[in-house]
Amino acid sequence: MRIRRPIPGVDQNLLIKDAARLLPDPTRRLFLRGGLSVGALAMLTGCNIVDGVSAESVLRKISEFNDGVQAWLFDPNLLAQTYPESAIKRPFPFNAYYPESDIPEVDGEDYKLDVTGMVESKEEWTLKALNALPQETQITRLICVEGWSAVGKWTGVRLSEFLKRVNADLAAKYVWFRCAEGYHVQIDMPTALHPQTQMTLQFDGKELEPKYGYPMRIRIPTKLGFKNPKHVMELNVGNRYLGGYWENQGYNWFSGL
Amino acid sequence: MTVEAAHADLSVQPQPATIHPLWLRITHWINVVAIVIMTGSGWEIYNASPLFPFVFPRSITLGGWLAGALLWHFAAMWLFVVNGLVYVLLGMLTGRFRRRLLPLRAGDVVTDTKLALRGALPHDDLAVYNALQKLFYLGVLVAGVVVVLSGLAMWKPVQLWWLAALFGGYEAARFFHFFAMAAIVGFTVIHVVMAFVVPKALRAMITGRS
Repeated sequence: MRIRRPIPGVDQNLLIKDAARLLPDPTRRLFLRGGLSVGALAMLTGCNIVDGVSAESVLRKISEFNDGVQAWLFDPNLLAQTYPESAIKRPFPFNAYYPESDIPEVDGEDYKLDVTGMVESKEEWTLKALNALPQETQITRLICVEGWSAVGKWTGVRLSEFLKRVNADLAAKYVWFRCAEGYHVQIDMPTALHPQTQMTLQFDGKELEPKYGYPMRIRIPTKLGFKNPKHVMELNVGNRYLGGYWENQGYNWFSGL
Repeated sequence: MTVEAAHADLSVQPQPATIHPLWLRITHWINVVAIVIMTGSGWEIYNASPLFPFVFPRSITLGGWLAGALLWHFAAMWLFVVNGLVYVLLGMLTGRFRRRLLPLRAGDVVTDTKLALRGALPHDDLAVYNALQKLFYLGVLVAGVVVVLSGLAMWKPVQLWWLAALFGGYEAARFFHFFAMAAIVGFTVIHVVMAFVVPKALRAMITGRS
């Protein structure tokens, strides 16, 4: 199991709250629940199958191997399929790890995006400044790790364009995002530089609604939905692996499509 | 190897003919493990966003929750695919598929179905498959290919867009994946029942001989 490293800019209290929320549910950590009848599993894992922790560590190792396979499969020039307006799902489903009543409220007037890490220009970006950058629109399919999918229309700034403007070190390995309510997620640089990876400011032709990630979210049609963070407050360029909110709980890190 | 040694090898050949060679028995039992893991974890993944108005009972799923099920699924996929490729490759190279599974004639299927329904389908010679066995073993091979390809299409609908397109897109691939699973599970139920009806067939899959 990966050790949770301290994450820059994350509210430690929120992390503890998350952990406390997760602890009472015994099934969350017991990946082997319902699997003990499978006697032959020992052959696969090479360890005592009753020892759930070591089975989990083997599974996580294979998941890391799958990260490598996916990075190798990823074609930086291949675009995700785009759709006509008629394919857009309305109303577009709201999905988060919190209920709709807990949607973070961010004041757009006061909003400033922190740009940190391996970048030359570390100034904060207001919503107005982001809106003044060249905008692009994409109609693409968002695929959730749960299996469902929906086509939506997102408008915003190419992340690669932004990274070039702030003179980010494009040879760095990762771009990390911190969200208003403590969610955090990290992506690989090749995906960050993909032409369809977007700093989204509008959804379906209108300013982002709070439930879709106001004031700014990251839209990545080449990754699963949970790798598309909402209410992004900080963007960090770096070489350090920082996991992610869901990834630390067992979801695959690369999660490419 | 000397001529004497070669003769000595021949002389110790077992008298009862081998019905199932070692490679087949090994790939068969590895496949059992892979199918159990893939199906159990697949049901848990299905439950996260069901295609139909039902879910699989938690007691028969594997992984405990979605992330655990996904870890199992994307680990065992390697076992299932690599083992499956070895099986198909050896099945073709050794001529076993051609000898055992072909030819498959519609007329024979009708005749053998009638016999089976009367409970009169003979299983004397385990080395010779009747038309229903051929149909089922070939059918489950096709289902195996569909389940792998539709699974890849769902896993990588952007990178393998051509594969997703082959199934009619990401959403359609989910249905192909589900029905291919259902075919494999259906086959397995009948297969296991028959193994108990004809116990020497089960013995042959362990020892290689009847």
